[in-house]
Amino acid sequence: MKFKLKIWRQESPSAEGKLVDYEVKDISADTSFLEMLDQLNETLILRGENPVSFDYDCREGICGQCSLFINGRAHGPLDQTSTCQLHMRSFKDGQTIYIEPFRASAFPIKKDLRIDRQALDKIIASGGYISVSTGQAPEANQTRISSDEVESAFDAASCIGCGACVASCKNGSAALFTAAKISHLFQLPQGKIEHKKRTQNMVKAMDQLGFGACSNTGACEVECPQGISIRHIALMNKEYWK
Amino acid sequence: MYFSTDTATTPLPKIPEGDLKDKWSNFKTQARLVSPNNRKNYRILVVGTGLSGASAAASLAELGYQVTTFCFQDSPRRAHSVAAQGGVNAMKNYKNDGDSVFRMFYDTLKGGDFRAREANVYRLAECSASLIDQAVAQGVPFAREYSGYLSNRSFGGVQVSRTFYARGQTGQQLLLGAYQAMMRQVHLGKVTCYSRHEMLDLVTENGTAKGILVRNLDTGEISRHAAHAVVLATGGFGKIYYLSTLAMGCNGSAIWRAHKKGAWASCPSWTQIHPTCLPQSGNHQSKLTLMSESLRNDGRIWTPRVKNEDRKPVDIPEEDRDYYLERRYPSFGNLAPRDIASRAAKERIDAGHGVGPLKNAVFLDFKDAIANQGKETIVKKYGNLFSMYEKITGINAYEQPMMISPAAHFSMGGLWVDYELSSSISGLYVIGEANFSDHGANRLGANSLLQACVDGYYILPQTLPHYLAQLVKSEKPETNTPAFEESENKVRKQLSELCQINGSKTVDHFHRELGKILYDKCGLSRTEKGLTAAIEAIRSLRQEFYQNLKIPPNQNGINEELEKAGRVADYLEIGELMCIDALSRQESCGAHFREEFQTPDGEAKRNDREYAFISCWKPGNPNPVLIKEPLHFEFTEPTERSYK
Repeated sequence: MKFKLKIWRQESPSAEGKLVDYEVKDISADTSFLEMLDQLNETLILRGENPVSFDYDCREGICGQCSLFINGRAHGPLDQTSTCQLHMRSFKDGQTIYIEPFRASAFPIKKDLRIDRQALDKIIASGGYISVSTGQAPEANQTRISSDEVESAFDAASCIGCGACVASCKNGSAALFTAAKISHLFQLPQGKIEHKKRTQNMVKAMDQLGFGACSNTGACEVECPQGISIRHIALMNKEYWK
Repeated sequence: MYFSTDTATTPLPKIPEGDLKDKWSNFKTQARLVSPNNRKNYRILVVGTGLSGASAAASLAELGYQVTTFCFQDSPRRAHSVAAQGGVNAMKNYKNDGDSVFRMFYDTLKGGDFRAREANVYRLAECSASLIDQAVAQGVPFAREYSGYLSNRSFGGVQVSRTFYARGQTGQQLLLGAYQAMMRQVHLGKVTCYSRHEMLDLVTENGTAKGILVRNLDTGEISRHAAHAVVLATGGFGKIYYLSTLAMGCNGSAIWRAHKKGAWASCPSWTQIHPTCLPQSGNHQSKLTLMSESLRNDGRIWTPRVKNEDRKPVDIPEEDRDYYLERRYPSFGNLAPRDIASRAAKERIDAGHGVGPLKNAVFLDFKDAIANQGKETIVKKYGNLFSMYEKITGINAYEQPMMISPAAHFSMGGLWVDYELSSSISGLYVIGEANFSDHGANRLGANSLLQACVDGYYILPQTLPHYLAQLVKSEKPETNTPAFEESENKVRKQLSELCQINGSKTVDHFHRELGKILYDKCGLSRTEKGLTAAIEAIRSLRQEFYQNLKIPPNQNGINEELEKAGRVADYLEIGELMCIDALSRQESCGAHFREEFQTPDGEAKRNDREYAFISCWKPGNPNPVLIKEPLHFEFTEPTERSYK
């Protein structure tokens, strides 16, 4: 297969960026999207040009480091699939593909398609945990938790921290990311005690870090590679105002 | 000869006195302590923020020490522990199926083919139960029965159900627990985290670790960090095979650079090749995705009886299928340990029974499980794995069998550590997959998450203070020393040398070539002839690397090719030591299968009389030096490892 690529190139955080045209050919349909970019980079390096910078690590959809806005959608055209698990068979031969970074005021661009998502770590640091030190834990089966409760908490806990929710939101809000952690811990009995303080602190941190407000458009849920529901945002809001 | 042997040096494993079950308690009772008000005066560097690094950083900070962590990823939460799928083992005996600490210890020791220390392995089993308690308290959503009690499943190499799991994302959930515990300490000001920072050198003075040099991968800036102790929690180096189940950034550079400063490396060639991964499909592939071993609880592995079978798998009748694991290992069947399952797959593939376009895979079939348990149950157990399989291959595995193939997965080898997890350099501790300790020559499934957690939550927080307490109180960590100066000059020189080669081949080219050599000659099976050829091939590849590498030459700012070049430069040296290690061990054990040493029915043949030792490699000029740490079996008797 062959493709025309329009890729966002930006030398540094302060430099001005622009879309640059590239062409790739002889790409097998079984190649992953990131492997297609690897092949482009290999050609660029051998030509003495600077390769395209982009984020990735595990390449199996769980570390959350890959990103990319592909033809206007976070993580590309497939639902509940991160960019690293997207394959070229999902595109048409000869298609033009726009590749841009995740954009949000809380995610400064470092270079080309690479972004800075440390703000998400800061939200977690502000309260996204149960305050238990090593050695304090009681016997695990002492607190029974129904299978349904655990599974429901798990739906929220499965967040991979990629930031697609933020990049897809017209307000650049981290409400889904923050709510997912609040909801995961709230739904488990061991997380209930410090729930009030956790919710207050995390929402405050989210606001202070430059994320926008949630206006319930639901775009985050559509683009979340883990399919995390906006019902968690409702729970966060309810608990915040309680 | 590619190495020399040093018989004058005797490694000190520092195993505590007493009966097997009392050793860890005896250590804890006698260990030196640091009083709570003094702890803030000690600075500890933790390199790597996976399960072992994050759990150690959190636990040490909770005690009151000042901790600084480093990771190359853009967030500590992305370390590759996140990708572990199937589960974590722990001795709770919730199933009432005869489990005990001793049985878990014995399973692990036998699983590792009696090539680990009894005392270490026993401690791993002993500490396992507390880990489940800790993780549940942190909010890890382990699977539950409808009654609300924790659920278990079985993994390879054992006959009890002791594996706790959180869907197919156990590693992610355990890592998030440890990451969150660490971020809590960040909030409290006890931990400082540096993301996108890579360690480039260990700084030592008079044989003691004094700190590290790191490079900021976003700006290229090199900085010095001094501390009372350095902890390496940098994971495994299986990515050396290029195609592996590891993340793209996983590397062996931190441990290798510490090795070059004198830290012994142990059994570096012992690599676990995981039997259930997606097969290679072409030349541009960058990784092989793991499919959890838990699938072998219900999936049946087979190949067609005849060679070059051209019928579709669903059209092949039972009598033409060879369920070779069930045939060869009737008592463990599809749950035979990983090394055995991988070798058996290779045997079938080499014999011409492989399936798939490249004839490099075997079938993993859920037909019977779906018929017996219903599709709904299988969806609940493995739904996310089936959908991942479909995303990558485009095949619906509820209707057709999966195709799987062995791939490099876990490094049993690593830096040598004693019972206290100290390397041979004083003040340098190594935890998690980066060390060689508990798994011997083969790791059992669901024991890696366990070992990472136990090292970080329970062992290091007891053993590191034992070291810190005897340091001279007045000595403060200092970066303005000749040792730091020398190290920084060396690191800067290395980086500019790599940038100046300006040849005609990319880093990935060299990495792929190295991977091929190692996979063919130092992978699932090894021979003297193959290993010798591999050493020569690696040497000439390394020479070519320094003559013909091409990377963008900028050292400031982001330059991924420079990062990769540094890692591959180290891989080209590690690969040679792996081959020398495999060559020096003239026996087969666990994942180390020397074709010259096998039983008549093709199983690994150990040689306990001559090789019951841990190989400790010391850097030497021109050749590495082998030191042997003898293994003593006081409480068990090494037997032939049979799963028949």
